[in-house]
Amino acid sequence: MEMAYFIETIIKIVVILLVFSGLAGIGTYFERKVLAFMQRRLGPVNVGPFGLLQVAADGIKLFTKEDIVPTNVVGKIFKIAPVITAATAFMAAAAIPFLPSFTLFGYEVHPIVADINIGILYILGIMGVGLYGPLLGGMASANKFSLISAARGAAVFISYEVVTGLSILAPIMMVGSLSLVDFNEYQADGITSWIVWTQPVAFILFWIAAFAETGRTPFHLIANDHEIIDGFGTEYSGMRWGLFFIGEYANMFFISFVIALLFLGGYGDGSFLGAIGLLLKVAFFFFFFLWTRAAWPDIRPDQLMWLCWKVLMPIAMINILITAIVLM
Amino acid sequence: MHNENIEQHFNNRNVTEINSDYFMVDIADYPTDGWGKFTRTLRRALRGELFVGLWVVLREMIRFDIHTIQYPLEKMPIGPRYRAVHEMKRLWESDAERCIGCGLCEKICISNCIRIDTRLDEESRKEVTEYSINLGRCIFCGYCAEVCPELAITHGGEYENASDQREHFIMYQDMLTPFDTMKAGTQVEFEGFGAITPHEDERVKKTPLAY
Repeated sequence: MEMAYFIETIIKIVVILLVFSGLAGIGTYFERKVLAFMQRRLGPVNVGPFGLLQVAADGIKLFTKEDIVPTNVVGKIFKIAPVITAATAFMAAAAIPFLPSFTLFGYEVHPIVADINIGILYILGIMGVGLYGPLLGGMASANKFSLISAARGAAVFISYEVVTGLSILAPIMMVGSLSLVDFNEYQADGITSWIVWTQPVAFILFWIAAFAETGRTPFHLIANDHEIIDGFGTEYSGMRWGLFFIGEYANMFFISFVIALLFLGGYGDGSFLGAIGLLLKVAFFFFFFLWTRAAWPDIRPDQLMWLCWKVLMPIAMINILITAIVLM
Repeated sequence: MHNENIEQHFNNRNVTEINSDYFMVDIADYPTDGWGKFTRTLRRALRGELFVGLWVVLREMIRFDIHTIQYPLEKMPIGPRYRAVHEMKRLWESDAERCIGCGLCEKICISNCIRIDTRLDEESRKEVTEYSINLGRCIFCGYCAEVCPELAITHGGEYENASDQREHFIMYQDMLTPFDTMKAGTQVEFEGFGAITPHEDERVKKTPLAY
């Protein structure tokens, strides 16, 4: 391996880590603001202009808080669980092209850490591993509510992962590749070539599954505040809890990127306008995560499993069959 | 709703009467068979109720009709009958203290938080020497203001009486209307229980002195 490639990759990793850790913080700010406006409140206003420095205040608080490991917890697993959530969220980002390739100081930069040929499979796999964070954290916590949360996490994980995989199979059959860059090239001819027009059902299914994947509101039952306190996060404090949080928000951003790249044309032809377009699409999907949180109620775990197994999975199967017949 | 309607509404509470305003809400039965459950699912899925919810919150966000009151900077107006920290009034005519030292407030206080001490001064008038209310014990029932024959002790609107000690006393001098307020004629009368009602002048009868 040549040195330049090695250094370039390291720099990309550091940039992605820093940008998305920061975005996770700003994401919490936007979440609080958007939720507040939708509920006729003001949200954070006192720290800094428009409450913008609230993020920094929260960060300082999380970093300086005492790190409590309660008695009776399984220490090692308890400590490693939040790291799994945060680390897998960022690992999944390795195969996502965040922007079209551009030239910087005469050097062509591809804003993707590794354009591996199994891109989307890798992303979904690593995001699936991310669920070990809540699962292990909940089981190691020596807390009944955390245990319920872990059990729910396992059940939800099995349910939605089927839908995610099956819904995405039909677009993969059309494109004939698993790389997100190839997906983008397939849709580079403008708005009419977007996969969402030929695979609207897969788009909706994947979008629904994304809510379960990130644990956002209609499927927020792993850490449902009003039922099981904070679920797996109940016993956590300080930056360990913060890692869960960063992982969750980074996941929201990455899954938004994946939806936009898979179904909505990504960055299109790779022009500056296309890059802005991709960011706007991602912003919309992120906003939609917040929007639904203000508007929709949570569903029960059994309802989620009913939805995944009895409704979404058959629809996904039918969608694959129809796609296969049309492609033949 | 108009006032007379409200009155009628409150008086006519007989649900079984035919002319009653009350009616049973039409709630469909839960489906019991598979087909019924299936059609209910389809109805719920396709009627787009989820999007109604989305629209409602987005509409509120666009309207930006914020209802937050930023409390230490902004305050809600409170009613004139609000029973917060007590006030001692002065007479409008002479700016003298209204309190005659009768001690009724101390007697009626059910939480024993008022302490009053009086003596006779040189002109044989009763004078209040000590007067304190333990706000830590006071339950703000309003009996003291109600029993006061001179409308001297009333409740005020000052509700920010948090203290770093449990026994937070308030002294007579702190409650008494300051002289400059009296000079400016801005002493606010308590409109609550025991106070003079707005049309009191019309209802006053002449004292029959004939007998």
